Amino acid sequence: MPATPTSTSAAALPVEFRGVGRAFPTAAGARPVLRDVDLVVEAGEILAILGPSGCGKSTLLRIAGGLDRPTSGRVTIAGSPVADYDARSAIGFQEPRLLPWRTVAQNVALGLPRGTTRAAGRAHVARLLELVGLAEFAEHRPREISGGMAQRTSLARALARSPHVLLLDEPFGALDALTRLRMQDLLLEIHAAEPTTVLLVTHDVDEALQLADRIVVLGTQPSADASADGPAAEDATPGAGIRQTVVVPGTRPRDRGSAELAELRGRLLDGLGIDRHGAARGIQSTSTIPAFPY
Amino acid sequence: MTADASRGDALTSTDPGTGRAGAEDGRAGVTSVDRQSNAPVADGGLAVAAAGPFGVSGIDRREASDPRTASTGGAGPTGPSAGAPRRRLVDRRWFRVAGGALLPLVLLVAWQLASTSGAVPVSMLPSPEMVWTAGVDLAERGLLGLYIAISTQRVFVGFAVGAALGLVVGAVVGLSKLGDILLSPTLGAIRAVPSLAWVPLLILWLKIGEESKVVLIAIGAFFPVYTIVAAALRHVDRQLLEAGRAFGLRGVRLLSVVQLPAAVPSVVSALRLALAQSWLFLVAAELIASSMGLGFLLVDSGNNGRIDRIFLAIILLAVLGKLTDAVVGLFERWAVRKWA
Repeated sequence: MPATPTSTSAAALPVEFRGVGRAFPTAAGARPVLRDVDLVVEAGEILAILGPSGCGKSTLLRIAGGLDRPTSGRVTIAGSPVADYDARSAIGFQEPRLLPWRTVAQNVALGLPRGTTRAAGRAHVARLLELVGLAEFAEHRPREISGGMAQRTSLARALARSPHVLLLDEPFGALDALTRLRMQDLLLEIHAAEPTTVLLVTHDVDEALQLADRIVVLGTQPSADASADGPAAEDATPGAGIRQTVVVPGTRPRDRGSAELAELRGRLLDGLGIDRHGAARGIQSTSTIPAFPY
Repeated sequence: MTADASRGDALTSTDPGTGRAGAEDGRAGVTSVDRQSNAPVADGGLAVAAAGPFGVSGIDRREASDPRTASTGGAGPTGPSAGAPRRRLVDRRWFRVAGGALLPLVLLVAWQLASTSGAVPVSMLPSPEMVWTAGVDLAERGLLGLYIAISTQRVFVGFAVGAALGLVVGAVVGLSKLGDILLSPTLGAIRAVPSLAWVPLLILWLKIGEESKVVLIAIGAFFPVYTIVAAALRHVDRQLLEAGRAFGLRGVRLLSVVQLPAAVPSVVSALRLALAQSWLFLVAAELIASSMGLGFLLVDSGNNGRIDRIFLAIILLAVLGKLTDAVVGLFERWAVRKWA
């Protein structure tokens, strides 16, 4: 559901991956991480990228932001190729990566686009700090605030760029469970206020279900033996691709306890090679998503 | 619970079971305890608030992550853990000062005893009084002030030149791969030359003037700054650099916004090291060829057998070096607080 931009922020732009592959050179030759990724992210969509660790989720995101280059294929934002450190996208890293000698407000101001006037920049930073609930901590240093606050600062810094595409690399992965839930709600609020295309890398199935319009599961292709589990089998296969694309039903904010999502969750975990444990006890699981009221 | 709970120490004995009552009694005590134990007592108050009418109010209080709001809440301890841990003796300022002065005082007393008891001949170990008299004598002739001034000037000029060059060359080597490849092997070799080996060459080239001494001190100050600055700039956190680049910083702006500030604490400690090194090189410079300064005083007194003046010069070098180091140390603490 491409949302229409209502605020001062830049319009959301679509992102397109065409046959993207990435191999890293090692002593033993090139080691492919990604292979033949074809993906179209609609403007204004929240797309979650799920996958086991080391499958190239972050690499895909970094390629989309111009922090890394694909070895094959190409990535475009609104039809034009992604430049190095592309100015149309902003990235929220897994770690806050704040400059410790700057205040929270100054760190957020780092994200402002070049050429922003001082007054406009200050007003924008103040508004963003208000949005992420850190207005009263504007003059604090990063070491004086909690991890969740630092991550919110990092998010505000990415938003300060008024990005057409917001790239989030497991932004809440290092936070405690409750803070993570609050941050997810915050992200949805922000997306409602400033609609932008969001690519969210996560390893948390629930997070993906809660936030995303669509979920892409990245993994090695189930070619030779689909039941392969363990890293040994992963190493043998040449790079990860898209294994599954799931459209998450319903509209946000979603009920975290919904049975529909629980079923979808089970399927996604299954796709990630996690046993649902129901089958082990002989409990039949339905393969269709039950419709309300179940 | 009795009224004896008016001191921070006594509060530790409060029974957790009667924690609520203890809070009432303790409230008077909290106002009387000093600032140092204020925060822990406030923590105790927090614990009461959470444990008393447990549920919503306690949780709300926890969520208010601002410690100031917690301290305005109920005051008073619960349980044995709520006692105010006092600031340890070794963390107190007066103890640091007194502790640092202890060994010099002991040495002074031992020196006095050894020299006046006749255990060591005065020609080998003059008494503290003799050294003091020698200092007063030199001061009265206007020489002591002159020597200190000229030596300090040489140190500061040489240090300024050497440190500035060290910053520039260190930045080139630390930031540019090419600079590293071209310069660092040569500079590494030059650094290996002992300080005294420069002296004959500098005297031939620059004659026995101020220049030769200042250049030698500059060489001494250059290398610590160069080495540390180059390493600090080379090892700026890659994640911060990438974040800076991802937000559109490059070239000079990346340098001024991310790389230089990240290196500031290292630069300051490099300057501190360089200043200490400058004092070491000062004596090397003045030992060989000079007519003024503390190094000259050392040589001259050695030739004349004035052991009291040798002691004086050594003590002055120690005190001056320590004083300048302390000043830079204050600056370093400020810089670390501001930039790290």
